[in-house]
Amino acid sequence: MRHILSLLMENEAGALSRVSGLFSARAFNIESLIVAPTEDPTVSRMTVVTSGSDAIIEQITKQLNKLVDVIKVVDLNEFRHIERELMLIKLITKNEYRDEAKRMVDIFRGRIIDATENTYTIEMTGTGEKIDAFIEALDNSMILEVVRSGVSGLSRGDKAIQS
Amino acid sequence: MAKKKEILRGAEIFCRALKDEGIKHLFGYPGGAVLHIYDALYKQDAIEHILVRHEQGATHAADGYARATGRPGVVLVTSGPGATNAVTGIATAYLDSIPLVVFTGQVATHMIGNDAFQEVDSMGITRPCVKHNFLVKDVKDLAAIIKKAFYVATSGRPGPVVVDLPKDITADSCEYEYPQEVELRSYRPVVKGHPGQIKKAAKLLLSAKKPMIYSGGGVVLSEASNELTEFSRLLGYPVTNTLMGLGAFPATDKQFVGMLGMHGTYEANMGMHHCDLLIAIGARFDDRVTGDLEKFCPYAKIIQIDIDPSSIAKNVPVDVPIVGDVRHVLSDLISVLKNEKENPNIKALEDWWKQINDWKDLDCLKFDRTTDVIKPQYVVEKLWELTKGDAYVTSDVGQHQMWAAQFYPFDKPRRWINSGGLGTMGFGLPAAMGVKLAFPDETVACISGEASLVMCIQELSTCLQYSTPIKILSLNNRYMGMVRQWQEFFYSSRYSHSYMEALPDFVKMAESYGHVGMRIEKSSDVEGAIKEALELKDRTVLMDFVTDQTENVYPMIAAGKGHHEMHLSTDTNRELA
Repeated sequence: MRHILSLLMENEAGALSRVSGLFSARAFNIESLIVAPTEDPTVSRMTVVTSGSDAIIEQITKQLNKLVDVIKVVDLNEFRHIERELMLIKLITKNEYRDEAKRMVDIFRGRIIDATENTYTIEMTGTGEKIDAFIEALDNSMILEVVRSGVSGLSRGDKAIQS
Repeated sequence: MAKKKEILRGAEIFCRALKDEGIKHLFGYPGGAVLHIYDALYKQDAIEHILVRHEQGATHAADGYARATGRPGVVLVTSGPGATNAVTGIATAYLDSIPLVVFTGQVATHMIGNDAFQEVDSMGITRPCVKHNFLVKDVKDLAAIIKKAFYVATSGRPGPVVVDLPKDITADSCEYEYPQEVELRSYRPVVKGHPGQIKKAAKLLLSAKKPMIYSGGGVVLSEASNELTEFSRLLGYPVTNTLMGLGAFPATDKQFVGMLGMHGTYEANMGMHHCDLLIAIGARFDDRVTGDLEKFCPYAKIIQIDIDPSSIAKNVPVDVPIVGDVRHVLSDLISVLKNEKENPNIKALEDWWKQINDWKDLDCLKFDRTTDVIKPQYVVEKLWELTKGDAYVTSDVGQHQMWAAQFYPFDKPRRWINSGGLGTMGFGLPAAMGVKLAFPDETVACISGEASLVMCIQELSTCLQYSTPIKILSLNNRYMGMVRQWQEFFYSSRYSHSYMEALPDFVKMAESYGHVGMRIEKSSDVEGAIKEALELKDRTVLMDFVTDQTENVYPMIAAGKGHHEMHLSTDTNRELA
């Protein structure tokens, strides 16, 4: 099953490689991994999307907690939570494709953030599923370039992960 | 008025911090990146530096020192090849949770990443085999990092810590102050076990009919031998130890059923298979212990005590997990048990012991005592007798290691020193050297084989320089014995590259290093030789025992088999049939 793990860790050089190294050394899956500093510049927050049986997820959580630089690990699946991913996608919009692209962007509630004579660059946020659906809905030959941020997430309500 | 703090150079801070940490011995090998440090070492006398002959030897010696004393082993090596040579020893310590602090020199900060002379990414290379590692980027951080390194290495589940020291940092100066305390918000090992879980465990223990106590290296690491012994005697249950746990419970005690696992005793493994309750104490269900997980302890409820939550239920589901330091948890568990109204089920326990003693009667460790060809088991047995079971014994890896574990019953912890997890050939000799430095008045023996021994043979030179008179018993069967055994069993005796041709003359080799060499070819000469070697108190002695080439280690659980599917010696199998 797919899980979203949120980590708080010391914002130290090498912290990212400790986490990514752990996943490869122990043959755990990584679907996506993102990391950036938080409001406290000494702390980074990382979001890892992974998958595995309950036993594997338990092992991943424990192994992450064992890393000396990791302050906290939370499995967001244990809470009601919100997840979002950002995608930037550049579409070829020659001739008849230009109107088609605009329509699709509106339907999926994306935004055109750059336009040239032959292209649109679109910003879209949402769950991974929504972004997948948008890509699937497009004619493949329109797509010039795609970049996705990977998933980030927060639990809902008053709960917060704090160092 | 506050005392003005001293201004020291990084290299001096290194020496002072080790001194303030209470370190007496440092195992190392100099090189370009650590020359400032070596210069500072030259000008002080608080720390004795042991010059090894290869960096692998430094890490194993420090490791042996740590295993025997319970204090951290400290290593200093240069950058590049110095660091990479140390990696095998670091990984050895990592797999067995041994506290080491390894300082690796590094090229100057501004050169890092330039493919400079003797530069490797030591942080990257060691990351997967250390508990933690630090790169020092500012001399002002040096003292605090050293303090943290020792704290992380020795607390919680111990392990090796690497500190990478760029050369310019060791030349820079700053005010020196060694921190008294260290606080890491991201690292707080749990020591006390959960009282509710301990209570649950006590109930389960008292309701068992066929209990087994399975204890491992964690008991040694947490100095919990007394607690384990009290706990076991209180209940009267059978105790088995893992390879790493030997000595934590007295092996000559009547409750001890021997080592378990791949080469464990018949009674220990059968006990595991048939038990209805297993309590794992500081043991991690390693694959060499469990055999096939599908067939592991099919009838048992399992309690597991471990300080490392990730060790709990990693390989085997556990009914009552208890996270905490083994010594604290056992002592709490003992108090709870003493206050329980219930008692162990005496009737059931009598039946269980009767069954175990029947298994014991099979005498699974018997070997041929009639021949004059030297049986390796006999050599170990004689060493045990002649040292009254009280020596520090290190070993390398292979058949001789298993025979040492089977035929030298250890009654005290920290006496049995071997590479259990990583299985590093070449460990025994430098480790023995480290032990002897820590305990110059004790007998230190290294049980080895001719294949393992030559892997770090250069340390014989260090033994001479620092007067560490150890006794090396090389069980020389002219084979990589364990490889040969597997090839005999599983590859139709195709002995592919397991035969040692062109062996050196070990007697001359010992002599050329300034030690005593002996070659023993007959069983009847074994006792005399060991006696003579032990009497040569000030000399390192290499005993080259020419042993039976075809001897195998029994019992054996083959890959994919369960505890009840042991391969016994041909003689025993015949008797059973």
